[in-house]
Amino acid sequence: MTVPRFQARVLVRLRPSVLDPAGEAARGAAARLGVEGISKLRIGKAVELEIEAADAAEARSRVELLSDRLFANPVIEDWSLELLDS
Amino acid sequence: MSIGVIVFPGSNCDRDVLWATQGCLGLPTRRIWHEETDLSGLDAVVLPGGFSYGDYLRCGAIARFAPALRSLVEFTAEGGRVLGICNGFQVLTELGLLPGALTRNRDLHFICEDVNLTVVSARTTWLQNYSAKGHLTLPIAHGEGRYQCSEDTLKQLQDDDAIALRYGNNPNGSVDDIAGITNPKGNVLGLMPHPERACDPATGGVEGRAMLQALLN
Repeated sequence: MTVPRFQARVLVRLRPSVLDPAGEAARGAAARLGVEGISKLRIGKAVELEIEAADAAEARSRVELLSDRLFANPVIEDWSLELLDS
Repeated sequence: MSIGVIVFPGSNCDRDVLWATQGCLGLPTRRIWHEETDLSGLDAVVLPGGFSYGDYLRCGAIARFAPALRSLVEFTAEGGRVLGICNGFQVLTELGLLPGALTRNRDLHFICEDVNLTVVSARTTWLQNYSAKGHLTLPIAHGEGRYQCSEDTLKQLQDDDAIALRYGNNPNGSVDDIAGITNPKGNVLGLMPHPERACDPATGGVEGRAMLQALLN
């Protein structure tokens, strides 16, 4: 029996209260490119991974642990998780 | 009495610290590879500046899992002195030994210059030698030194008298001009400026000496 494999995508974002200077710089560049009307631009990270686990619940709990303890720093970042069957 | 300097892959100020503590101040110092776990016989540990593990993910995020740092948590709990400089400060916040986080400088520049610092608290021995004068000048060299924390944490830092140093002219956008903080007990100091680069008259300034001297006082 093969162990089910899941694909996960974790999006890590700076918390809304934390200044995102890279996002601000990109917003400035967007205006110089001539793209107008951007009122908000924030840059985060996407982590894509594959994980083998007995079931979706186990896969989710393991990726949640990773997100909380490694991918994001809860002092400055929030994260969200999408889990898909492979 | 001796000092340990933890060396991660990507640390680049470990030799500067060694030169400052041992070469300039004559304090016995040994370097400790990040995979070692034996901190016995040490009275103080320095986490040096640099780019530990390439600073991948976030500054200090991966260093946090180094075997040497598991021992460091115990060492700290037993009252050992710990000084985190620049990347070392970032590691201490990731490790949870100090609150808050260090984020990208407000203006995105890597800033390399001398800064004027105000001694906010001489509660701990780290800064007692500076308290009479009230200020000092040290070099900074960082791209991610903007100290961030929640309002509750800031209040806690203020209540604990744990803000050690403030920038005179905030270069990076840090909350409350914070350049360095201590833990409530006072045995851990983290700061973005580099005291070890201000110890040898040949390379400019000796104002960092007293801070490193405090490692073994």
